[in-house]
Amino acid sequence: MREMKHIHTMQFLRECTAQFLIYAAVSLISVVFIWILADLARGGIAHLSWEFLMEPPRDAGRAGGIASILVSTLLILLVALLTAVPIAWMTAILLVEFVAIDSVFGKTVRFSLHVLAGVPSIVFGLFGNAFFSIYLGLGFSILSGGLTLACMLLPILASTAEAGLRTVPHAYRMSASALGLTRTAALVHLILPAAAPVLAAGLLLGIGRALAETAALLFTSGYVERMPDSLLDSGRALALHIFDLSMNVPGGDTPAYASALVLVGLLLCINVVAMKFAYGLQHRKIMT
Amino acid sequence: MSSNQHSGQPDAFTLGPLEAGPACRVPQPAIQVRDMSLLYNDKLALDKVTLDIYQGCITALIGPSGCGKTSFLSAINRLTDLIPDCRVTGEIRVNNCDIHYPDTDVQSLRRQVGMVFQKPAPFPLSIRRNLSLPLNEHGITNKTEVAAIIEQVLQDVGLWDEVHDRLDASALSLSGGQQQRLCIARALALKPQILLMDEPCSALDPLASGIVEDLICRLRGRYTIVIVTHNLAQARRIANYAAFFWVSGRTGQLIEFGRCQHIFESPSHELTAAYINGVRG
Repeated sequence: MREMKHIHTMQFLRECTAQFLIYAAVSLISVVFIWILADLARGGIAHLSWEFLMEPPRDAGRAGGIASILVSTLLILLVALLTAVPIAWMTAILLVEFVAIDSVFGKTVRFSLHVLAGVPSIVFGLFGNAFFSIYLGLGFSILSGGLTLACMLLPILASTAEAGLRTVPHAYRMSASALGLTRTAALVHLILPAAAPVLAAGLLLGIGRALAETAALLFTSGYVERMPDSLLDSGRALALHIFDLSMNVPGGDTPAYASALVLVGLLLCINVVAMKFAYGLQHRKIMT
Repeated sequence: MSSNQHSGQPDAFTLGPLEAGPACRVPQPAIQVRDMSLLYNDKLALDKVTLDIYQGCITALIGPSGCGKTSFLSAINRLTDLIPDCRVTGEIRVNNCDIHYPDTDVQSLRRQVGMVFQKPAPFPLSIRRNLSLPLNEHGITNKTEVAAIIEQVLQDVGLWDEVHDRLDASALSLSGGQQQRLCIARALALKPQILLMDEPCSALDPLASGIVEDLICRLRGRYTIVIVTHNLAQARRIANYAAFFWVSGRTGQLIEFGRCQHIFESPSHELTAAYINGVRG
């Protein structure tokens, strides 16, 4: 009897410890996030205004706003996504739907994606500079910056999309085939909609990575803060602007804080919109 | 009539006494399988199967697990094509056309030969869309026609009364038995001649299983049905013909094929007798 009580006490203690550790880990993550957000808000919220978003930077960014930088950032992001998303998702579709999982080809592609995912961004920057800027003659431009970012995003987008497609039950594919549906029809009507939330999550991961990227853009899209006229103009990305303000511009801390606040806000907005869109798509096409 | 019989002179309007003679209808084969072998990774999984599946009848495939019944079934609509490293040799003729002939259109073969799986697998779409998607993909897009077919097949599987007021609800909200009947309806919507069923009742509770079994019986005559089942009592209840498969080593073989009654009451092979009586298997 006493032994039983002892066992119960031990179990109770173990449960409590486990629960405490889990809650501690969760709070730690939340605290770090809130801390960063609070710090940014404290330093930058006073500087943040409609004019800050709408005016071009003056005096190396100390005065004025970030209008041209926002435009450059969004253009770079657009180029990167328009290039990377189709290639990455088609790669994922090929790997999941058309190639056996243990085939040499599939293994090789997956291995190269893993290697690519581990390459530091400065190396992508140097590659982009050598290939897009110099070899292809695109120079320091939004186009070469976006294409370099696209190379960086490929492994993230492809791996998440592959994982998402693999979560779709095999029974759907079998049933679709047994009903005489072509692979393309099954893909368009069943498999892609079912995988939409995971595809969207991967896309968000990619966008976050692209918006935060500094090193890869330093040598490719340049850091000219003027409003770009075309994709072949140099343009400064937001993350690069923050880096420049905090490292090279004395007295640039306050606009750096404000810019960082804008960057985080942008990420949050994109997150919310993309998730809403993905669930909308899933709900319209697929009902669970 | 009775006076005629007494006089020994048959009336012109009666058939007279029953006499032995030729059957009024000779069974026509819908599927002819000749020397069919099936290999996974060059290992023989099913060895030289030869049999005819008769039109309009229910043929049950029985035998222990791993004897190749499901593989045999999947070979008939070439679903084996989807399995990497799976190879089928020999000849399978569906309605007198060799399905391995290079010109065979797999999509239209699978339209002719419907399939229902063990686990109900409705698409995560609405009930209506589950039925209309395959129709649309096969070129039937006229809305009135599609709606008529949907109502017809749902009536056929006895689901119309249960779901007609919620056709736009998710198919996943249906119960297991309803989902399986929806899957059968989905296969029937394409107007197949042959229906392959891979243990269609085994994932269902006894009540739902009974409903599906009754449905299968109702489909007899209109469709040629090949059904894999581990439930011998069910095979005996519903099937006209039975094929008994056995596995020796890792290779499946067809041991005996014949009329259901014959297989269950006077099997000619001792393995069949042992399996039927629950001695082996």
